[in-house]
Amino acid sequence: MHHNPAAILLAATLAVLPTGPASAGPREDQLAQYASAAKAANPAFAGFSAERGKTLHTQAFTGGKPDTPACAACHGKDPRAAGRTPTGKSIDPVAVSAAPTRYTDPAKVEKWFKRNCNEVLGRECSPQEKGDWLSFMLTQ
Amino acid sequence: MNIPYRPLALGLLVISFSALVLGRAQAGGGHYYPPVTDTLVKEECGSCHLAFAPSMLPASSWKRLMANLKNHFGDDASIDPQAAARITDYLVANAADGAGKRYSGKLLQGVSAANAPLRITELPKWVREHREVPGWEWKHKDVRTKANCLACHGDAEAGFYDE
Repeated sequence: MHHNPAAILLAATLAVLPTGPASAGPREDQLAQYASAAKAANPAFAGFSAERGKTLHTQAFTGGKPDTPACAACHGKDPRAAGRTPTGKSIDPVAVSAAPTRYTDPAKVEKWFKRNCNEVLGRECSPQEKGDWLSFMLTQ
Repeated sequence: MNIPYRPLALGLLVISFSALVLGRAQAGGGHYYPPVTDTLVKEECGSCHLAFAPSMLPASSWKRLMANLKNHFGDDASIDPQAAARITDYLVANAADGAGKRYSGKLLQGVSAANAPLRITELPKWVREHREVPGWEWKHKDVRTKANCLACHGDAEAGFYDE
């Protein structure tokens, strides 16, 4: 029997390729979840905005801790550059282009939104805020 | 027979020196604290600050610290209970009065485990070792906190805290 290497390769590729919209990546799934939660909270919600996400990232808040008034306080204004924790530890860039493995573990994303929003805003972030911020990072 | 005395002597010198350094490290010479090797502990304890070596505090301290992650030196560092339990087990097993004993050396001198101190930087030996560091250096923008071991100890992540 003759094996055609190209056919084998094609079959193998097809076997590992995701098919259909049901198997979008974890980022898309999480964004979709935030979107439906945002829609539930506000019927006028019309999609996430990377522009609003950018504002959220750099804006200074007063509700949280004085030494971390903004996301940018630790992560830096430029999402593609590394950040720094108050204890001097380097933080990988938050932009996906600079840190391609980020935001692929939904539980980890939620963990850090919870902690960091509390530190910076003094409250949890809304689904829309999370989606906006994430959208900004995905375009960076 | 022509014995190469010089290279032999040199070799012996190198070996004995290495043995001395290694011996010091193993006998708790005071400047080596094995770094965290557990992936979960490294991830959860090492994203905001250096994952401090378990041999730097007694088991009672780690238990007390892990029981109140909600207020972790002013920050909310809470994690899910299962992960917390696993991390506690690791820290306790390798604590300064546990498997980490041979490294902790004199770090627990004058420390009462019953008091379960939470700050490594308040242990008498830590204070003694850092007594010559002037105040302005702690306030330097690259240091800022005594928890920032790495600012001065470049090899801290590998466990070495030499000057």
